[in-house]
Amino acid sequence: MEQLIQQIASGLANGAIYACLALALVMIFVSTDHINFAQGEMAMFSAYICWQLMQWGLNFWIALPVVALISFLIGVSIERIILRPLHNAPVLSIVVVFIGLLAIFHSLAGGIWGHTIKDFPSPFPKVTFAGSGYIGPHQIGMIVVTLVLLLALFAFFRFTPLGLAMRAAAQNPTSARLAGVRVDWMLALGWGLAAAIGAVAGSLVAPAVYLEPNMMASILLYGFAGALVGGISSPGGAVAGGFIVGVLENLIAYFGNLLEKSSGLYIVGNGEKLTVALVIVITVLTLKPSGLFGHVTVKRV
Amino acid sequence: MASLLEVEGLRAYYGQTQALHDVSFSLEAGGITTLLGANGAGKTTTLRAICNMVHTEGSIRLDGTPINGRATEAVVRLGVGHVPEGRGTFTNLSVDENLRVAAYTRRDKAATERDREMVYEYFPILKARLTQQAGTLSGGEQQMLAISRALMGAPRLMLLDEPSFGLAPLIVQEIFRIMRRINGEAKVSMLLVEQNAALALELADHAYVLETGRIVMSGKAADVKNDESIRKSYLGY
Repeated sequence: MEQLIQQIASGLANGAIYACLALALVMIFVSTDHINFAQGEMAMFSAYICWQLMQWGLNFWIALPVVALISFLIGVSIERIILRPLHNAPVLSIVVVFIGLLAIFHSLAGGIWGHTIKDFPSPFPKVTFAGSGYIGPHQIGMIVVTLVLLLALFAFFRFTPLGLAMRAAAQNPTSARLAGVRVDWMLALGWGLAAAIGAVAGSLVAPAVYLEPNMMASILLYGFAGALVGGISSPGGAVAGGFIVGVLENLIAYFGNLLEKSSGLYIVGNGEKLTVALVIVITVLTLKPSGLFGHVTVKRV
Repeated sequence: MASLLEVEGLRAYYGQTQALHDVSFSLEAGGITTLLGANGAGKTTTLRAICNMVHTEGSIRLDGTPINGRATEAVVRLGVGHVPEGRGTFTNLSVDENLRVAAYTRRDKAATERDREMVYEYFPILKARLTQQAGTLSGGEQQMLAISRALMGAPRLMLLDEPSFGLAPLIVQEIFRIMRRINGEAKVSMLLVEQNAALALELADHAYVLETGRIVMSGKAADVKNDESIRKSYLGY
């Protein structure tokens, strides 16, 4: 039982990171209808920048907003400089651009900082507390930071004129233009926000998985799974999906191990966690492509 | 009276296809001008050309300032309110949010608030539906919302693309009555595109008739209405 709770708790912590990445994917998807395959590598690159700033003596909590801002600017620049000229290009060209970006960020990080694994200290104090047997301070920190980030984003989209304009631009670009909204900039802003969210995810997960150019590869897959489970068009759903996938992968491995112990039959275990994510992706896409919380637009008939 | 909008030698293209050939017309400040014509005559394209939503050549001036080639959002910011074909509702946003987006570019809070009150006075039903998702409104209510959205941008010129489309005659009458009030009270000039020529000529003071991308005749709305040969050959009633 103790182990089960532990698995769920660490699943929630991982889920927080998946939720962040899923949210970043959704951010770009709702405004441009594209899935940014480079999202994970961008987050990894941001984590490296964060590490570098800390090497230069900055405190993590100062470095994090700085990195988020730098990543925001990188995201905006990518949209304005690279994707803007491709606005009317077929979707395959854009996919190729995303894969190109993935390769560029990957080798850029390796080129600048090297391919050896780096230690990324946790910004959260190592304290023991009631229940710390189940969940560590860094894991709780990941969940809290994610939830704060989500709340801030929710407030931004719900209560600010700019957030409203971004939603309008995503929903009906033509009408948004007719309301005087600069739709092109809204798309760039969406990219910037996605990159900033990814930066937070990367910097938070780095202490858990260690810093190296490949660190986000599998995490991005979980992010995809989370976004798809929740509904790729729904930010709230993507977040829930991220948490669901995080818990699910741990539970499936846990019960797989349990089964092996009791009957000797090995079906799934820790080694198949990534497979579980892929199975989730395929299952959702076949059975319910709009996801659990993907909104069904109300239409008059 | 001074011309608010002057269009000269306007050509518009959808890809390789030319939709407008040398269209010229002008619109007096404070008036209602209607563009009439059959399906595919180029009425909607003309409105789109003014807001630079299609590829255009030629000259378009708003109050003497050339506006062709400017981005749609820039033209809108100069005081052109476009009520688009199909109403352009933000279906997933609430009625309130639709109106707020429409006033997005405005910084004059007090005047925006006054315009909001004005909209409620013209269309009380919208005030009752503020929190409702706009996609669930009836067709007539969505048309009212579309006109209101244009009004919230404090336009000098309103472009209306078939406001009667798909609506019951009673609702259409109501909407046209309010359009006349908006024109008179809020001093918004209007360029109205309509299939329903009889209705449009009732409201407008000046009319142009388009045929296959060319202006084939123009005149005072009353004269066009009373000229049986024009009515029969171009307007089909």
